[in-house]
Amino acid sequence: MSKRTVEMALATPGVDAEGRPTRVPLATQEPDLGGEHLLVNIGPQHPATHGVLRLVVELDGETVVRCIPHVGYLHSGFEKLGEYRHYNQIIPLTDRTDYLSPMANNVGFALAAEKLMGIDITPRCTVLRVIACEMSRIISHMVWLGTTSIDLGAFTPFLWAFQERERIYDLQEMWTGARLTTSVTRVGGLMADIPDRFVEKLREFTQTFPKTLGEIDRVLTRNAVWVGRTQNVGALTAAEATNYSLSGPMLRASGVGYDVRKDKPYLGYETYDFDVPVGEHGDVYDRYLVRLEECYQSNRILQQAVDRLPDGPINVDDPRVILPSKTRAMSDMEAMIFHFKQVMEGVKAPVGEAYIGIENPKGELGNYLVSDGTAKPVRWRIRPPSFINLSALPKMAEGHLLSDLIAINASVDIVMGEVDR
Amino acid sequence: MIPGALREAVARDGETIVYVPRERLLDVMTWLKETPGQEFDYLVDVTAVEYRDRERPLEVVYFLRSLKRRADIRVKLELDPSEELWVDSVWELWHGADWLEREVFDMFGVTFRGHPDLRRILMWETYAEGYPLRKSFPLRGRFSRAEQVRQALNANPEAHYSLEELSIADAAGDLPDEMRDRLRRGERGVIPEPPSP
Repeated sequence: MSKRTVEMALATPGVDAEGRPTRVPLATQEPDLGGEHLLVNIGPQHPATHGVLRLVVELDGETVVRCIPHVGYLHSGFEKLGEYRHYNQIIPLTDRTDYLSPMANNVGFALAAEKLMGIDITPRCTVLRVIACEMSRIISHMVWLGTTSIDLGAFTPFLWAFQERERIYDLQEMWTGARLTTSVTRVGGLMADIPDRFVEKLREFTQTFPKTLGEIDRVLTRNAVWVGRTQNVGALTAAEATNYSLSGPMLRASGVGYDVRKDKPYLGYETYDFDVPVGEHGDVYDRYLVRLEECYQSNRILQQAVDRLPDGPINVDDPRVILPSKTRAMSDMEAMIFHFKQVMEGVKAPVGEAYIGIENPKGELGNYLVSDGTAKPVRWRIRPPSFINLSALPKMAEGHLLSDLIAINASVDIVMGEVDR
Repeated sequence: MIPGALREAVARDGETIVYVPRERLLDVMTWLKETPGQEFDYLVDVTAVEYRDRERPLEVVYFLRSLKRRADIRVKLELDPSEELWVDSVWELWHGADWLEREVFDMFGVTFRGHPDLRRILMWETYAEGYPLRKSFPLRGRFSRAEQVRQALNANPEAHYSLEELSIADAAGDLPDEMRDRLRRGERGVIPEPPSP
């Protein structure tokens, strides 16, 4: 294992003959601990582990020899719960998996259920779902940027990022009434159309958001401390990233240009004009660059989506799938029967299975549904992107300093709600 | 037809499903990964499905992808739930299988032979209620809430570390006798069988 030499020249004990402060190195070499290894426990309650992640780290001096992650502290058994619920009743559970991008999770599940049932959603719903996904990407990346910069000692970008996130949360609140647990989709449509002034507010956001991104870019991208803490830290080659099944920005930072939106398009993503940023070195710095650029691209998609938003219904015209309006259910006998059947029996899915992966902020979120013909799935599997990305952490952290472990862990962008489900 | 496959089917979402006998799994997977024209170099997911119909076999499902060809395939393996559930691990081919296989082991009790570190991942090592995603497992767990609380309160803090970790910390001397025995034998400890329903 390579040992790093720590050199510091910060102490200024006095001035020399010419009046300049003398700089004396504090330590020229790591202290030799005689090969004794230390076991350090980080978490599960620790601000730098981004949730209830627990890392048991074997240290040689300050160098990580081995890192053993322990997950499961937030395990809620969502997949098991889903087997006891109707398809529409599962949607609130998806909010709580990756709770930093709830709308995208709602969309992922609804798409899987629709694929299973063979439902084609309306054009307006498709565009609104794209808006939901891209808003989620922006808030998720903003949280990532903010918390990671805090972990590495930069406080200001955190405030800017969370300010922008707050504006999207206001939009989500306008749309769904909830900031975090949005449950915005229904199988075959959406829970509500966007309210008045939503488009106007969103357009306002897309116009001013790049300015904040530019500011973040200015304080971080060429910042000596930021560059020093992130470049060549936790690097993975393209082959390693593929072998470890990484997805999303983690995979693309390593130079593999796979984006589900481009390569297996859903929701008509092939009709939007956007670029997929791909990194080169696969280190923490490249992951930062990729995520920052993705925010610009999401913003572009949002602008295009807002411009093309068609009028029309948000729900498919199928009374077996979509609940009739309250007025109709109370006045029309047939509508009332459909309402009763949907609430009491749920929507039955045909026998079979369907998998759909969508490009979530964290990576590829897969929803795999298996049906035996009843209204409840036999199996609902979430392919959790941050769980799989996190599994490469021991590999990435090996041989780095303990403080770099924090940077690497932050760069994975985990949400424990999703890791543990 | 892929050599070694039992049969092929098409899922409702249009994806090809290949059924493979358990004995040929590694051959088929190696063939899929390394044959030019196949090159499934990316493991998307590993999971298992147990049907409500007790007669149907438990399925272990592998989602494979070729990043180069932008193609997906699904490989399934059928296991008889009344017999011992084991599969060969594909960790050698895709390291991403590490946690995914551990999760299937944790949730369904399927043993992956040749996995470098097969232990529970979402539930704790001494979890004794069985395998949560099996259909025979009740939604609220096998033990009463009172029993679960009692066990949690009686848990030994050392149990939060795996034996491997304790061996690093030289903590063996402070361990309870039973755990020290396990450590000496180099065992992870036996995961208790779930009580018969």
